[in-house]
Amino acid sequence: MTRALPVLTVLAAIILIWYLAAIGMNAQWAEDQAARAGTELTTGQLIADTLSQDRPVLPAPHQVAAGLWDGVFGQAITSKRSLVYHAMVTLSATMAGFAIGSLAGILLAVGIVHDRTMDQSVMPWAVASQTVPILAIAPMVIVVLASIGVTGLLPKAVISAWLSFFPVLVGMVAGLRQPDAMQLDLMRSWNASRSQSFWRLRLPSSMPYLFASLKVAVAAALVGTIVGELPAGATSGLGARLLSGSYYGQTVQIWSALFMAAALAAGLVVLIGLIERITLKRMGLAR
Amino acid sequence: MSALPILAVWLGAWGLNAVLARLNTRLTRILVPLIFGATLLVLWEMIVRAYAVPSVILPAPSQIWASFAGNIPLLWGDFVQTILKGALSGWVMGALAAIVTAIAIDRSPFLQRGLLPIGNFVAALPIIGIAPILVMWFGFDWQSKAAVVVVMVFFPILVNMVAGLAATDALQRDLMATWSAGYWQSLFKMRLPAAMPFLFNGLKITTTLALIGAIVAEFFGSPTRGMGFRISTAVGQLDLPLVWAEILVAAIAGSLFYGIVSLIESRVTFWHPSQRR
Amino acid sequence: MSSGADPVITARGVDLTFPTADGPVHALKGVDLTINRGDFVSFIGPSGCGKTTFLRTIAALETPTGGSLTVNGMPADEARKARAYGYVFQAPGLYPWRTISGNISLPLEIMGFSKADRAERIARVLDLVDLAGFGGKFPWQLSGGMQQRASIARALAFDADILLMDEPFGALDEIVRDRLNEALLELWRKTQKTIGFVTHSIPEAVYLSTRIVVMSPRPGRITKVIESTLPAERPLEIRDTPEFIALSHEVREGLREGHSYD
Repeated sequence: MTRALPVLTVLAAIILIWYLAAIGMNAQWAEDQAARAGTELTTGQLIADTLSQDRPVLPAPHQVAAGLWDGVFGQAITSKRSLVYHAMVTLSATMAGFAIGSLAGILLAVGIVHDRTMDQSVMPWAVASQTVPILAIAPMVIVVLASIGVTGLLPKAVISAWLSFFPVLVGMVAGLRQPDAMQLDLMRSWNASRSQSFWRLRLPSSMPYLFASLKVAVAAALVGTIVGELPAGATSGLGARLLSGSYYGQTVQIWSALFMAAALAAGLVVLIGLIERITLKRMGLAR
Repeated sequence: MSALPILAVWLGAWGLNAVLARLNTRLTRILVPLIFGATLLVLWEMIVRAYAVPSVILPAPSQIWASFAGNIPLLWGDFVQTILKGALSGWVMGALAAIVTAIAIDRSPFLQRGLLPIGNFVAALPIIGIAPILVMWFGFDWQSKAAVVVVMVFFPILVNMVAGLAATDALQRDLMATWSAGYWQSLFKMRLPAAMPFLFNGLKITTTLALIGAIVAEFFGSPTRGMGFRISTAVGQLDLPLVWAEILVAAIAGSLFYGIVSLIESRVTFWHPSQRR
Repeated sequence: MSSGADPVITARGVDLTFPTADGPVHALKGVDLTINRGDFVSFIGPSGCGKTTFLRTIAALETPTGGSLTVNGMPADEARKARAYGYVFQAPGLYPWRTISGNISLPLEIMGFSKADRAERIARVLDLVDLAGFGGKFPWQLSGGMQQRASIARALAFDADILLMDEPFGALDEIVRDRLNEALLELWRKTQKTIGFVTHSIPEAVYLSTRIVVMSPRPGRITKVIESTLPAERPLEIRDTPEFIALSHEVREGLREGHSYD
């Protein structure tokens, strides 16, 4: 409880500020409407109106909550209006890309740790690539793949894979290099083979690093998928919801999609954290 | 038949690198990645030409370079609009806001315990999704891009700065107590300098985020210039060499931005073990 | 030194208990001690005997839960605010982003000394600890012994008349330690400061002190106070004299008595 109280207080403060901001930002439109109708609004009416507009500048928290509720539970999940449907579209591409990207990152990291040529050739580029806004190529990938007839889940998965590949590669190389000279010398003194050293020393000591980078990678993969859903033509997925919401000024729709995406990201990170805890506990690494 | 020379170049370069990597001197450590990068470019060019890949799918490096060289004024205008106006100003404002917030909540453990978990949580969210909202609020020009960047960089820097302000050890705090130093004296003379390596870690992570935020926010609406605008319109016109030229600009800008922050870091935190030479 | 007529630190029945998960721990129980001006007092005892805790209590880094403790005739915390102490820890605790001069200057800046005054004091204390010419170096460019000398210089710079040292040479090797012990005695003779000195080493305590306070754990308390019979002038060779060996023996016996149950 002592840990939850400060967080709940700050959350309550955020919601309060949000309501005040909603009243302030939506008041203009409410007053304009009243002036057009030739009526005067009392303060109470004004506030009530700002919190219940159809297309508010800033929807109030309860409107977003209602939008989320309606999107998640109020629709058949096969409906185009269902947030669950759009979230599943985004999630499947994210997971496919994340799986491909992490696997490739882990394999290349193993190669880099065991081969000096690969290490010196590839590693500087992998590190430098972290400073480049790779996400900018997302629309191009979508359009190019569409032009050769590849559409649907795969183009988005390619972007996700590309984005999750580099954090996993860099983190896994650091993890596999974690054992110090003494531990490696000990292995050598037992005349352990390369694969024995790998399976019994390098791989186990890399696990904390692997999971830390997997968390970063899954968040990056989700962002990649969402941005991959932005180019014109995409009709499903949370990114497409964001874009169509911004075209038609459906602010409640934007905010609902945004919160759905946030919940998805949080769920994925928590899930990996859970797998991490179980794995590390089995290995005796968790405290 | 055209596969043979491609294979030959690859094997030749890799063999050369294998020999050089074994030498492991300072020179070869620079040479090996450069040779690798150059080999990839040559192979790319060879593959595109040998198999006549249409430029709407994958332009050759030479075509990209020609587009880059032929569109310098256009690219420069986009660079100013997106990187300097959008990303840089947003990054500076977000960083200042995060630093000030970290110092403001420094005296309240209650606020820290409340804000930190939320900050860590928000740092993992797809914040880029707020771009359409901020574009609606602040208009199509660079102000909305800067606003997206502010929100994206704020939390990672805040979390790092708060950790940095807590990074002094007990001995240093005891010393300050024996001199009966006041709060502000310990803050300026001990805790702010000690926080610098953490702060710069946050600043470096967020350089890439700032560029991503500024470019992607333009996909939701922009004036008729800017890197994100150019990428999405050039993709629509199937002018792929121009798209790649913009990506080249983004890569150079990202590396420069990161490099400059690293350079300032090495000047400011010259004393930190990771920076000593 | 002289008749002991001028008490600087007076502890009467000082208690200090820390609450822990396994119930309260008596770090100090009923500690009575008077330290006079110009004394060099060593605190020696096994781990957990409260010697460091007592030194920290004198410096008001810990607050006693019982008894009274006055420094220069006022409560310890007021003495801290009046900047009565220079404190030297086991680790040098130098700030890596400041040069040696900058580190010595730091407490002076906090206490509001003028720039000219600071420069003059820095030069003086650097000379005192034999580090003249190293002021422009950064701490991490110096050896461990030099760093510890710099931290002593920092504690001396603002002329507090009480110097509290918590195993300052504990992390250094024997040869460096001998040299620094000699230098510390020299310094003490020159400046006539009152020194409280925590150590693990019997020879170090005997060599340096005018009085040796033997402490024992569970609860932390003083078991014996030994007055040194050694002359004020102490070359390193004094450690081979029968007098020195007899004193060492007495300290060892004192430690053994306090520990008779285990």
